[in-house]
Amino acid sequence: MANAAFTARCVAAGLLWMIIQSVQADDVKRYVVEGSRAAGLSACVEPTELMRRQHMTFIKHQRISTVHEGVRTGKYSLSGCVACHISYDAQQNARPINQPDQFCGACHAYAAVNLNCFDCHASVPNAGTPLTATAIAAHQKAGVTERIQSQTAAGEGH
Amino acid sequence: MKRIVYREWRIPSARYWSILGILAAVAGLATLAFGYMEHTGHWVSGMNNSVVWGLPHVFAVFLIITASGALNVASIGTVFHKPIYKPLGRLSGLLAVALLMGGLLVLVMDLGRPERLIVAMTHYNFSSIFAWNIFLYTGFMVIVIAYLWTMADRQGQPFNQSVGILAFVWRLALTTGTGAIFGFLVARQAYDAAILAPMFVVMSFAYGLATFMLVLLFAFDEEGRPIGQKMLRRLKNLLGIFVAGALYFNLVYHLTNLYVTKNDGLESWLLLHGGIYTLMFWVGWVLIGGLLPLGIIYHPVLNKDRNWIVAACALVVVGGLATMYVIIIGSQSYPIQMFPGQTILESGFFDGVNGQQAAYHPTIPELLLGLGGVAIGLIITVVGVRVLQFMPESLADDVVALDEETLSQEAFVTPS
Amino acid sequence: MKDDHQAITDGIDQGRRYFLIAGATAAAVAPAVLLQTVTAASQATPVTSDVRWGLLIDTAKCMEGCTACIDACCHENGLDLQRPPGGEATSKWAGQQAVWMRKIKLQDNQTGRVTSLPMMCQHCEEPPCMDVCPTGASFKRADGIVMVDRHLCIGCRYCMMACPYKARSFIHQEMHGQLTRVPRGKGCVESCNLCVHRRDHGEDSTACVDACAAEGHHAIIFGDLKNPESRISQTLRELPSRQIREDLTLNTGVRYSGV
Repeated sequence: MANAAFTARCVAAGLLWMIIQSVQADDVKRYVVEGSRAAGLSACVEPTELMRRQHMTFIKHQRISTVHEGVRTGKYSLSGCVACHISYDAQQNARPINQPDQFCGACHAYAAVNLNCFDCHASVPNAGTPLTATAIAAHQKAGVTERIQSQTAAGEGH
Repeated sequence: MKRIVYREWRIPSARYWSILGILAAVAGLATLAFGYMEHTGHWVSGMNNSVVWGLPHVFAVFLIITASGALNVASIGTVFHKPIYKPLGRLSGLLAVALLMGGLLVLVMDLGRPERLIVAMTHYNFSSIFAWNIFLYTGFMVIVIAYLWTMADRQGQPFNQSVGILAFVWRLALTTGTGAIFGFLVARQAYDAAILAPMFVVMSFAYGLATFMLVLLFAFDEEGRPIGQKMLRRLKNLLGIFVAGALYFNLVYHLTNLYVTKNDGLESWLLLHGGIYTLMFWVGWVLIGGLLPLGIIYHPVLNKDRNWIVAACALVVVGGLATMYVIIIGSQSYPIQMFPGQTILESGFFDGVNGQQAAYHPTIPELLLGLGGVAIGLIITVVGVRVLQFMPESLADDVVALDEETLSQEAFVTPS
Repeated sequence: MKDDHQAITDGIDQGRRYFLIAGATAAAVAPAVLLQTVTAASQATPVTSDVRWGLLIDTAKCMEGCTACIDACCHENGLDLQRPPGGEATSKWAGQQAVWMRKIKLQDNQTGRVTSLPMMCQHCEEPPCMDVCPTGASFKRADGIVMVDRHLCIGCRYCMMACPYKARSFIHQEMHGQLTRVPRGKGCVESCNLCVHRRDHGEDSTACVDACAAEGHHAIIFGDLKNPESRISQTLRELPSRQIREDLTLNTGVRYSGV
C-alpha cells in the first residue's frame, strides 16, 4: 500500500517535471528579440532541425575563417546568435544569453552540455562588431537601442 | 654468485597503507590546489606576466629530467653490459615511468586551460619543441614499459638488448628536448645557450640516480633486504661522477656567459646581486647540490656509511630543486634586455625599471601542486613494487655479480 | 560611414551618447544598404599577403607623460574592463593584469639622452611566439598580424617565455562583460593585434594612432609596409628608423625612429 503511494508520487513528480520542462522549452521559443529579423522568420540561418543539431559545427567552421582569415561576413556568427536571441528584463537590460533561463543557457542546461563560448565571448550585445543595419532597426523597434548604447558607454555588459 | 630472485615489497600491511595514505593525502591536497587555481584563475598563484612559469614548473621539470635519469641504472646494465646493475633494472624502469607521470601531471595541471588538453593532442605545430616533447614523453613511457616487459618476461628476453638501446637513446633525446625548451629561447639571455641541452642531460643523470638510490635504500631498509657494500660503492661512485659532471657544465655555462660582454649584466646579477636567486645559486645549486655531496662521496670515512650516502643523495635532490628554481624562475626574473646600452627609467609593464628584477612570490597552492607530482610518482612506485616483482630479494655482496672494478688483472686472463 | 562605425564600436564616452544614438539611427535608416555593400566587400574575402600591416613610431614626437595611445588601446580592446579579482592586492594585480601596450622611458647610459616610446607586439615576420607554440594557437595572419587563436590556446605560456618584447599577457582571472569585438577569457594568452576588428571592417587606422593624432602628436603611423605609396612606406624611406632587437633579425612590423 505504502509502496503504491510512493510509486504514484514518483510518477506524479515525474509528470510534473516533464510539464515544467516542456513549459521551459516553450519559453525558449520566445527568446528572439521581438520585431527582430529572427522573429519574423520561421527558421534561423538554417532550418531549425539543422540548427538544433549542428549549430556548433557551423559556428566552429566560421570561427576558423574569421580568426585566421579575417572573414567577418559569414552567417554563422556567434555575435549574430546574441544579437537576435538576446532578451531584456523589465528595465530593458540585456540578460546574458548563457544564463540558465535564456536562449543558449536554457537549452544547454536542458541537454546537459557545457557551454563555454561565453567564458570569453560577450554574452550580451556589447559594442562589438557593428550590428547589421537590420539588427539595429530591430533593436530600435524593440526599444532597446538606447540601453545598448548606454551599456556600451558604461563599458559594462551586466 | 646466486640467482637473482625478484619479490614483491612485503612490508607489513599497516606500514604499507600508511605510506600510501600519506602520499595520497599529499596528492589529494594537490588536487585541491589544482581545483582552486583552475577555478579562480592563476591570479591566486605568484605567477604573473613577467614570471610566467613558477614553482609548479620547477617541480615538473625536475621530475621529468629525474625520470629520464632514473632509467640510467637499467641502461648501464643493458646497454653498457655491467652485470652488477642488472638486478636494479626493473625498479629503475618503474621509477622512470612513475616520475615522468608525476611531472607531466604537474605540467598539465598548471595549464591555463587544462580541459583543452585534447587540443594539444590533436593540433601540432612541429616547429615547437613543446610539440615534439609531447611525443618524446609519451614515447618514453611506451618504450620503458616495453623495456620492463623484456626484463621481466622470459618471452621478452630476446628483445632486451635492442629495446634497452632504444630506451637509452630515447631518454637522451627526451632530456635534450627538455633542455631545449629553455635553450631555444632567444628572448631571454639566461636561456639563449645551446649548452643547456647537454647540461640538462648530465643533471638528469645526477638527479635520477640520487632519487633512485633514495628509493632503493628506503625500500630495502623498510623490509630489511640486504644491500652489500659492493653495490653501494658502485652507486655512490657513479653519483659522484654525475654530480661532478653537472658542476662542470654549470662552470662552463657561466664562464661562457662571463666572457661575452653583453651578458655581464646577467652574470653580475645572478652571481652577486640577485638576492634570493644569488643565494639559491651559491647555496642551493653549487654548495648543496654539488660540493657537499661530492665532499661526502669522496670522503674516505663518510662514504662507507650508508646514512651519509643517503644524506648525499638527499642533498643532490634538494640542490636539484634549487638549480631548477634558479634556471626557471631566476632567468625569467632578470629583465629582458630590449634596449642594450640604455636604462629603463619608467615602464608601464615592469620592463626592469633601473634593472629591477621581476617579482615572484611562490604561493602555497603552487607548492602543493608541485609536491603532488612527487607524490603521484611515488604512489605509482609504491603500488608497483608492492604488487609486482620489481625489486631483487637481496643485493648482498655474495648475490650481485662480480665487481670487475675491484678484481685484479688475473681475474680477466682467459684461461689458456 | 566612419561616423557610423565610431557610433557602434567606439561608444565609450557618456557625453557623446545622444549624438551616437542619432548617428546609429541615421545609419540604420538612410545609408544602410550602401554601408552593407561597402563593408561587405572588405569583410568577405580572406586577408592576403598583398599587404603587411605595420606601425612606425617617431619617438621624437612621442611626448613624455602622455598616455593617450595606451588609454585608447585599453578602451578599444576592453582592457579597461579588467578588475582586480576580489581580495587581491593592487601591487600584485599590477603584474597580472593584461597589458597590450605600455609606455617606456629610456635613458642612454653613455649620453644621458632620454627617449619615450610605446611598446607593444612588434608583429615579427618570423615570430618566436609562433615557433614555440605547441598547438599552433600563436599564428600570423596573411596580412602580417601576429595573434592568438584563443580557441586553440591551452595556456602553457611558452610564447610569453619566447617573446623578446614581453608583449604578451596571460589572463589570470575570470572575465565578465567583455566587448563583443574583443573576446577575452581566463587561461589564455593575448597581445596587441593591430586592432584586427578594425582591419576586417576596412577602417584605416588603429585606436592608438587615432588617439595620438587627436592629441596632435602624430607620433604613430599605421599602414601597409608592402605598398610603396603608403604613408608609412614613404616615411620609412625618408626617416632613419630601426627595429627593436635587430640582432634577432625577426623583421618586425613595428619600426621605431629616434631610438
